[in-house]
Amino acid sequence: MNAAETRELEASIEQMYEVARGFGLNFYTMRFELVPADVLYTFGAYAGMPTRFSHWSFGKSYHRMKLDYDFGLSRIYELVINSDPCYAFLLDSNSLVQNKLVSAHVLAHCDFFKNNALFAFTQRNVVDSMAASAERFRGYELEHGRMAVEEFLDAALAIQEHIDPSRTGRRKLLADTRDMDGYGAVSGFDTRGRKVAPSLHGTSASSSVGPYDDLFDLDRRLGGSHDAGAAKGAGAPGVEPPGSARMEKDLLLFLIHHSPVMTEWQRDILTVIREEMLYFWPQIETKIMNEGWATYWHLRIMRELELTDAESLDFAQTHSGVVLPSRTSINPYLIGVKMWEDIERRYDNPTEEERKRCGRAPGQGRAQMFEVRETDSDSSFVRNYLTRDLVEELDLYLYQKVGNEWRVVEQDWEKVRDKICASRVNGGYPVLYVKDGDYLSAGELYLWHSYEGMELDAKYTEKTLPHVQRLWGRTVHLETVLEGRPVLFTHDGKKITRKFL
Amino acid sequence: MFTLSQDDWSLHRKGQQDQARHQEKVREAIRRNLSDLISEESIIMTDGRQVVKVPIRSLDEYRFRYNYNKSQQAGQGGGESAIGDVVARDPAAAPKPGQGDGAGDQPGLDYYEAEVSVDEIQSILFADLELPYLEQKAPENVVIPDVTFTDVRKKGLQSNIDKKRTILETLKRNARHGEPGLHHIAPDDLRYRTWEDIQKPHSQAVVLAMMDTSGSMGTFEKYIARTFFFWMVRFLRTKYEHVDIQFIAHHTEAKVVTETEFFTKGESGGTICSSAYQLALDVIATQFPPSSYNIYPVHFSDGDNLTSDNDRCVSLVEELMGTCNVFGYGEVNQYNRSSTLMSAYRHVRSPHFRTAIIREKGEVYKALRTFFTAEQPSAAGGERG
Repeated sequence: MNAAETRELEASIEQMYEVARGFGLNFYTMRFELVPADVLYTFGAYAGMPTRFSHWSFGKSYHRMKLDYDFGLSRIYELVINSDPCYAFLLDSNSLVQNKLVSAHVLAHCDFFKNNALFAFTQRNVVDSMAASAERFRGYELEHGRMAVEEFLDAALAIQEHIDPSRTGRRKLLADTRDMDGYGAVSGFDTRGRKVAPSLHGTSASSSVGPYDDLFDLDRRLGGSHDAGAAKGAGAPGVEPPGSARMEKDLLLFLIHHSPVMTEWQRDILTVIREEMLYFWPQIETKIMNEGWATYWHLRIMRELELTDAESLDFAQTHSGVVLPSRTSINPYLIGVKMWEDIERRYDNPTEEERKRCGRAPGQGRAQMFEVRETDSDSSFVRNYLTRDLVEELDLYLYQKVGNEWRVVEQDWEKVRDKICASRVNGGYPVLYVKDGDYLSAGELYLWHSYEGMELDAKYTEKTLPHVQRLWGRTVHLETVLEGRPVLFTHDGKKITRKFL
Repeated sequence: MFTLSQDDWSLHRKGQQDQARHQEKVREAIRRNLSDLISEESIIMTDGRQVVKVPIRSLDEYRFRYNYNKSQQAGQGGGESAIGDVVARDPAAAPKPGQGDGAGDQPGLDYYEAEVSVDEIQSILFADLELPYLEQKAPENVVIPDVTFTDVRKKGLQSNIDKKRTILETLKRNARHGEPGLHHIAPDDLRYRTWEDIQKPHSQAVVLAMMDTSGSMGTFEKYIARTFFFWMVRFLRTKYEHVDIQFIAHHTEAKVVTETEFFTKGESGGTICSSAYQLALDVIATQFPPSSYNIYPVHFSDGDNLTSDNDRCVSLVEELMGTCNVFGYGEVNQYNRSSTLMSAYRHVRSPHFRTAIIREKGEVYKALRTFFTAEQPSAAGGERG
């Protein structure tokens, strides 16, 4: 990109602004920044955040991404940060048309950030707050030594996904920071992590009175037969698992409040990791929607621009590179854009049956899209809108390891849809709960994996538990299921044991 | 409403800094795994020049995750896929669902593979190996060329400029002319550091590599012995400019062979170790007089010697020790059985006689350290974490 091209890009972004507004997209003020490849890849490695703290694992992914780029294996075209104003980084080695495409893509991302319900709680000044935490972490390194901070970060990052991103989970942070002085109790646990009976007063009152209590009572009155069904569905975030009045999904928060060994600076680091994960979480949970949305709109916006033949070709090539299907995974750009286009088509031209039974008026495609963009997340998006026609048209399948090969094993559209949907639940991470912070009355930590047919990787589990143990300071247990049998992994600080229950 | 800017990012080094830390950790991991790495087949079987991929498990970022080998994943076909189609094959990068960024077409990695050049492993491995009890023998042709910066001159290479002396000259000259201070560096002020070639005399050494190639040396035994000698040869060639290596292969009788033959020779016949020792003595007598050579015989066997030969072995070893700096005997003993030769050697007590038993691949490193460290390693062995 030379100076003339930069000026032209500026002009066409202005044009795209108008086009996007005309389509009804609503985004924050944009800050576009042209950066060289190694800077873009640095940001990419730090999960898109230029100001994030330092850790060797980011260096590792930076190295890999940069290597792939240098060898021409893959490239990042753009990075966009969910913040207000919204920062977008463009690669200065992109061609002009590529950067136009990317700018259009980014506008749609920003519209998604601003309007999707999951993002309503994300911090919008994250660039500054991350810079501030990085600065504090550097201070800790000077004060306590680089190794100490690095080892703690190793442990904290190993469990960073185990937060409670639900509405109530997010609020806990706010509620609890108010009485943070004494590291006040998390609902259901006293300050030392022991279980307490829910009382009508205090923080755990939320479980006792609510607007939908009459509906829950209905379940209870219908009796045991429904409990089995409820137990089967347990494990989704927010659903109380069986066998316990209350379990804490937010492992990080639990450790922040109750770990007997952590010092002040360590709690600070863990708090930062948790907040950053809460910030990233909506992006994890809307990957297919968000990328699909941005791809859908960059196509529409680019079609409104005047391009020369050569530019059109360049655009078409770049676009088809983005929506390249993969035999071993789901390309969120491709699946996403196809699903959005399908929604538009079906709601523009509802079938006779849909008109009669659902009262759908024709021509509601865009309206429906904007509603979905506001209210859904990947799991509901896939469950509701990945239709039989789409699964068949896109030739989606499930594959599995058979001997030494990975083979296609399932093509039934409902199974495929359900599997993709399940893989998006909880961001694709296993769901763990803190079942007891005073197990065996010895202050041991008991974690419980909400097993839903997908086994944990035993090797990884055995390597991760020591990290939890380091954060908790005493013996930790994890209950899960292997080969259909419940099993308890235990790490006591020295060795790991596995016992079937 | 929007801005488009382009800044100077040339001082942005964050990614590189953390990458450097990562590479530091990789090196640490290599150091920790050295005993496993050096018996890595991919290294021994190569010509020793190329970069090898080494699994570094300790640099994985572990977390609680699903076992993808046991569950189903979604993928996308070209329109005509059918049940039973092969999507991918195993060892070549097992496919994992692309999580996180990118288009998700990147197969996940089962373990992190560090690209390590053999040189890099070598530099770590050889850092604390040396020929023990090396003595100054008749200074024949063992020299190490070296340079020392000893002189400062007015003419020299621009890159060797001596800034401190140059500035001193400037200050002095300015003071002489009554305008003290640092200004106007004249060509006459320039001073350059200059080096001299020196020849460091160095002791010369010969290593007699003896290997049992009898029928009882199975695949594992052969592999271990070759691994050991592979590193030994590389170690000697890297560290010492003038070290002779003689290769002796033996079964019931011994022969001096070339390096290629030594590493590729097939095995057959019984075992009479004394034949190799006798040949070693002969070689020493004819080619390497102990007066001008440091001599290091190293013998590898499975210990399955002809019983009646053991006494002769002990007496020959003792004779060899009279002329040698260190005699090394390595025994590949996978099943930990008692070997006749080793029990005979148990009575040889001398800091110059070193033995190592290798039961598994990882112990090759221990053997190298046992044979090639300056002091007699304390007690059971010199394995270090």
